[in-house]
Amino acid sequence: MSIQRRDFLKAALGGSLAAAASARPGLAASQGRDLPPEALGILYDSNLCIGCQACMTACKQANDMPVEFSGQQTTWDNPLDLSAKTLNIIKMYDGGDTPAFVKRQCLHCLEPGCVSACPVSALEKDPKTGIVTYDKKACIGCRYCQVACPYNVPKFEWDNPFPQIRKCELCNHLLAEERYAACCEACPTGASLFGPVKELRQEAERRLNMEPGQYHEFPVNHISTGKTQTHKAEAYVPKIYGADELGGTQVMLLSGVDFNKLGLPEVRDKSYVSDLEGLSSKLYSYMLLPAAVFGGLLYVAKRHGDHE
Amino acid sequence: MSEARPLGGRVFTIPFAFGVLVILIALFYLFKRFTLGLGPVTGMNDGYPWGLWIAYDVNVGTAFACGGYAMAILIYVFNKGEFSPLLKPAILTSMFGYILGGVSVFIDIGRYWQMHNVFLPWHANIHSALLEVALCIAAYCLILLIEFSPVVLQHFHIKDLQKKLNRVLFIFVALGILLPTMHQSSLGSLMILAGSKLSPLWWTNLLPLLFLIAALLLGYAVVIFETSLSGIAYQNFEEIRLIKKLSNLVPWILIVFLILRFFSVALQGALGAMFAGDLAGNIFLLENILLIAALVFFFQAKNRDKHSRLIWAAFCLILGAGLYRFNAYITGYDPGNGWHYFPTFGEAMVTLGIVAIEVLGYLWIVKRFPVLALPRKKGAE
Ligand code: SF4
Ligand code: SF4
Repeated sequence: MSIQRRDFLKAALGGSLAAAASARPGLAASQGRDLPPEALGILYDSNLCIGCQACMTACKQANDMPVEFSGQQTTWDNPLDLSAKTLNIIKMYDGGDTPAFVKRQCLHCLEPGCVSACPVSALEKDPKTGIVTYDKKACIGCRYCQVACPYNVPKFEWDNPFPQIRKCELCNHLLAEERYAACCEACPTGASLFGPVKELRQEAERRLNMEPGQYHEFPVNHISTGKTQTHKAEAYVPKIYGADELGGTQVMLLSGVDFNKLGLPEVRDKSYVSDLEGLSSKLYSYMLLPAAVFGGLLYVAKRHGDHE
Repeated sequence: MSEARPLGGRVFTIPFAFGVLVILIALFYLFKRFTLGLGPVTGMNDGYPWGLWIAYDVNVGTAFACGGYAMAILIYVFNKGEFSPLLKPAILTSMFGYILGGVSVFIDIGRYWQMHNVFLPWHANIHSALLEVALCIAAYCLILLIEFSPVVLQHFHIKDLQKKLNRVLFIFVALGILLPTMHQSSLGSLMILAGSKLSPLWWTNLLPLLFLIAALLLGYAVVIFETSLSGIAYQNFEEIRLIKKLSNLVPWILIVFLILRFFSVALQGALGAMFAGDLAGNIFLLENILLIAALVFFFQAKNRDKHSRLIWAAFCLILGAGLYRFNAYITGYDPGNGWHYFPTFGEAMVTLGIVAIEVLGYLWIVKRFPVLALPRKKGAE
């Protein structure tokens, strides 16, 4: 990774931070789409989802999130979309014949725009698991992460004078208790499946190759537990959403309906993070250019400085 | 001959009282913002997390405040010492623009009580363009204060410090050129991460370069506009002569900008999008019609030697280039999913309040401190 201009700024701030900089769980950007060594993720299969929303309840409990009311009623948790109160949502798409479901949450990008954007490292990608975490003690509430997330995932507490950013952290706090994402623990059909991203990708490939109408075994809850259920395979759109999108994501989706219709944007393969970093490393490589410019400026300012 | 001296005259006038009223209204909404949160006061939402305060007050406002930067380049880099009478007033405007840009950031960010995290090295994210913007703007505010301090020292006859400062001033002058070059381009880099949410009429890898040139253009345009008005009001023909010379240069920078701009849109394959008839397409057309109008006015002013044309040219340039930078943050930005944004009354009043502080502060200082280059008083030697 090339030394960036902001290395200089950090040094100028008073500490020799080269060590801190290299120890910091950096972006995967310069390494392309390599998975973090123990990358964890979710495979969501719209064809298996029955829309029971057990995952939503489990998510709220596991993350201590408040209920969210829409419309007049104040009895039922019925969020319309992701929000600062809802980190995970199942939405139903009515395309005519059969409805389809989609699960929205943070995709835990391999080259996350939010992490690259955050000026104070409040959002970080874990170097081992690849989980994108949030630290409210660092956050200044600038909301650049919201601008930079291609999927509009991070949400802000607009009605709170002391607000935070909220987004799914893949139940990072449960890992220490030998548990995993509450949504996958709760899913009764295996539609939300937790596990190492590598294995989830293989599983997704396997499903894409299934013949529709045939019965197959589908892993449930966690891919490594060996627990399975038998389901009739249905036709899939031949694509894993999240395999290539903007450098790839650790939460991936399969569906029988066009992803676009389910609200997942069609995006290119190359991440915008890599655009930005390519640019700044070119412009500011090793701080040489700014340093040279500054030297030149000092010279001309001294020479031409007698105008006043 | 001319010399820098206080303009004199009454500070508390009727327009001044009106400005104070605007500031009081802004304070009322600020109180609401800090007690209830950003949602109840502004039109911002999870789709449009940035509104007027960032897109205008910070992004456009600091570019308007690039007069000091743009003039410093001309005077020190291209050794055009003749323009130095225009530098002091330009630095004053820049100082207000930047410091109030910083204040706007404080008002806008949700967790302002942790704002100092930006300065703590162990929090720094070296990949974040926003960190660079924040640090450079903070540093540049200090530089502007130092660059302006000779005026204050002169006013209070502190000769000693004045001399010492003069010897090292060149370092601050150099920093005063380097820092805006970095953060004004980075304000453009910021929007690279907006990616497909930003219309291809604005999204390009050239964003940093275009933002930098736009900042320069705005810097010159504001100097031309301000000086023309004050030059006419105070019959300052020396300044008007300088402004005319400055105006020979600006249209060429504008031409470079327009060529790069259309080239970048063509590169995205999005030239057709400007005629789509939607908001993005129409505002793109408006933006560029203003810039082309500015160009025409500049050349007319040159050929016919008409000063009013110059004021029009600067006016169109300020609107056009300002609109470019605003559009790249708001109008060209579409997060999808039916989100939309329109500033609320309170939000707009806070922005107006900040503009009012700028104008009132400028007037007070030029009336009391030696900033403007005015014709020598009769009989004085
Ligand atoms: S989906 Fe958005 S919030 Fe989640 S990691 Fe990617 S960029 Fe960050
Ligand atoms: S709002 Fe917080 S988490 Fe998001 S980019 Fe700003 S500081 Fe980082």
